[in-house]
Amino acid sequence: MKERSSSAGPQMTRQEFLKRMLGAGALVGGSALLGTRLWDRSVRVPGFEKTAGISLPGFQMDPSSVLPELVVARGADHGALIASAVGGLGGMSRFVKPGEAVLIKPNVAFDRPAALGTTTHPDALRAVAHLVWEAGASRIFIADNPINSPQGCFLKSGLTAVASEMNLEIIYPEEHTFSSLSMEGDVLREWPMFYEPFRRADKVIGLAPCKDHNLCSASMSMKNWYGMLGGRRNQFHQHIHRIISDFALMVKPTLVILDGMRILQSNGPTGGRLSDVKVLNTVIAGTDMVAVDACGYEQLLGRDLSQLTYVHLAQKRGLGRADWRNLRVKEVTA
Amino acid sequence: MSPSDPDVLGISKMPKKKLRRFHMFDGRITQLRILSQTFFLLLFLFLVVVTDLRYLKGYPVSLFLELDPLVSVATALSTSTVYRGLILSLWVIIPTVLLGRVFCNWVCPFGTLHQLTAALPGGKNKTERIEANRFYSRQHLKYFLLAGLLVMAALGSLQIGLLDPISLLHRSMNTAGVAGVDAVAPGTVNLSPHVYTATWLIGGLFLFLLALNRFYPRFFCRVLCPLGALLGLFSRFSLFRIHRDPQRCIDCDLCLQKCQGACDPHTFLRQSECFVCFECIEACPYDALHFKFMPGSESENEEAPVPGRRAVMAGLLGLAGFSLLRGVGTTKRRGWRQRIRPPGSLAEAEFLQRCLKCDQCLRVCPTNVLQPAGLEAGLEGMWTPVLDMERGYCELNCTLCGQVCPTGAIQPISLDAKTGRGDFAEQGPVRLGTAFYDRGRCLPWAMDTPCVVCEEVCPVSPKAIYTREKTVTRRDGSKITLKRPYVDPSLCIGCGICQNSCPVEDQAAVRVSPIGETRSKERQLMLRAEEGGSIEAVGTPEPEMYEEYGDDHQG
Repeated sequence: MKERSSSAGPQMTRQEFLKRMLGAGALVGGSALLGTRLWDRSVRVPGFEKTAGISLPGFQMDPSSVLPELVVARGADHGALIASAVGGLGGMSRFVKPGEAVLIKPNVAFDRPAALGTTTHPDALRAVAHLVWEAGASRIFIADNPINSPQGCFLKSGLTAVASEMNLEIIYPEEHTFSSLSMEGDVLREWPMFYEPFRRADKVIGLAPCKDHNLCSASMSMKNWYGMLGGRRNQFHQHIHRIISDFALMVKPTLVILDGMRILQSNGPTGGRLSDVKVLNTVIAGTDMVAVDACGYEQLLGRDLSQLTYVHLAQKRGLGRADWRNLRVKEVTA
Repeated sequence: MSPSDPDVLGISKMPKKKLRRFHMFDGRITQLRILSQTFFLLLFLFLVVVTDLRYLKGYPVSLFLELDPLVSVATALSTSTVYRGLILSLWVIIPTVLLGRVFCNWVCPFGTLHQLTAALPGGKNKTERIEANRFYSRQHLKYFLLAGLLVMAALGSLQIGLLDPISLLHRSMNTAGVAGVDAVAPGTVNLSPHVYTATWLIGGLFLFLLALNRFYPRFFCRVLCPLGALLGLFSRFSLFRIHRDPQRCIDCDLCLQKCQGACDPHTFLRQSECFVCFECIEACPYDALHFKFMPGSESENEEAPVPGRRAVMAGLLGLAGFSLLRGVGTTKRRGWRQRIRPPGSLAEAEFLQRCLKCDQCLRVCPTNVLQPAGLEAGLEGMWTPVLDMERGYCELNCTLCGQVCPTGAIQPISLDAKTGRGDFAEQGPVRLGTAFYDRGRCLPWAMDTPCVVCEEVCPVSPKAIYTREKTVTRRDGSKITLKRPYVDPSLCIGCGICQNSCPVEDQAAVRVSPIGETRSKERQLMLRAEEGGSIEAVGTPEPEMYEEYGDDHQG
């Protein structure tokens, strides 16, 4: 019949037929497959999730039974003082092996000039970096997560200039440089950590100024690690001593240097007047930051050690020695 | 053969029945379709009505949202997952690939409302209808909208709910519709009348979209609907299609009279626009149109609905839209003071990846505390649920909002999790925020007057609100002992019943803000330390350092 063939129109080719079947089949199959692959039937309670964060490796050296654990160096030349303090511990080559990447952690918390004593002094950084280069390090990083804007803090403290002069790489706290840290602290359990600098380093050196602090009495080498954390740090003040003692659990540095050339002795931790700063011409270096801080609290700030709760907490928890006089202490003059 | 001489072959004299090649439905198909549309519209309205504590007995009240492929595709883009019930959208995707956009004219309740409004008496005459039902290039707009909205979803801002027909209809019903019924027939859909802040805007937009049908039939469906666009893309692969036999067609254009999709069945069919309403087949006097399995494509217009370059443009617009929304800035920090989210809500960034603004949670909330946000959740959070403690409070033993949420923006948490019992005793309870006293407005604090309604209604045990007694001398010299209220932030769950019951009604003397909400790690107030810890064993003569841990330390 004519109408049958005409109403059917031109016949579809076998190829076209297969193409369409395949297209539709692929779409149905693909969406079913993708749908079931992505299917999420789980229920969670937002905020209750247990996230397995990173844990920070230790950077400490094997203990020595003969070398000093704490060196107190006195003298007028900043560079020479730091060199002799580290020298007293056995020299930088004890801590840094050729080819290693080293993180130096200064305290750059505030957008202030170095003279005000609120940040690590550029001369101190230069001296430490010099020693680390001499020991044969391959790279040196400096990093901090300041209270004020990072670029401003590094620039105005004078550390940006030292970084370019000494070929140090500044790692700024950017979003991707943070990871969630998991630890069994008294207070710190899960917390965003400025982890990237640690990830890239083989050795970690803390280089802190010695400062008065309004809440915890003193900010020294333990408190310095505050700058390697992110998140809501303004909550730390609710348990400040327990938090600072947690830092001794969190970070096991290779070496810490507490710079007491010029100390901020009042209106800390921000200071603001030169009259808050006192010249002491002393540098303390050590492998046990609890002991370094205990020593610094007495020898630099001249305060009653029994008042510094966090070092006692740390000692109680076996994280260091607050009774620094019972260690092998060496005093040097440069 | 020319249109002016239509019957040169005498086709019209042939008995029609004999000419039909597709007998299956035999002219009753559009009636069957109307039956289907009626059923789904009534089902939708039924589900809206039963989304109430009194009737809610396991009805899948978010079924339509779960069937909606735009919801599953967009949330898959924003979260890389297909949440629970959303897998059901395969039941729409698969028929679309087989049969075309049957959803649009057989199922979609919003589509049915548009068709109804357009068909109401007093509309266009036959000639006007034929003209109105031709394809117009403005119908491409929906594909741009779809592309832009999907780009935004992939970037993490789910905005499809603004235009997705099911979300839009639910939102309109849940806020405007229900509030309207409450106003005229209290007690029917809600026990006590519910009031919503954005009723006028949401309801006005709904009525406006319906009214447009009087000027251009199914304007929303043809021009705006991003779900229609998505299904249109799927339907390009469909195996069954309308096919026009050019040898029978006399170009009378009668098929356009009731054509719903404006897909040009009278000439080269635009498959992605076709709603499979079968009106053209029924209207054709010469039996030139059939619904066939894999007809040849000689009578189709296969032009892509969004040519590549324009799709890129649409994507860029989506990108710009995203940065504009985020640029408004309220998402991350500012303005979050009033952004208290329902219990079980995900952290804000994840929440915005999932919330459709369908406002199902608002509908089911028994206290009316949930409100469609204005700008307090940022421009991108408009109409997402926030708690307004002046209107209600979060009922302690209630997790209904999470149960009806189709996308998991609010997780269906258990009562144990919410209240911190059983397995959740250690982590719980779920906190929405923290209450703070405004002592200048509080009667015992500022007016020497006893009150503490807040303490009475505080639902947790031990109570988060406690009092300290204070005897004061009043202005007239008499003495009074007052109970002055305080909040224990470690116990407060931010339910807001204190704020809601406060007699200082215009601006309560105790108010909840979202600080301390469980869902956000960034918005904690109290830093929780391990119980006991190691502090009490430390010897030091500085008792004030340890005040927070009690006196149990050595001097």
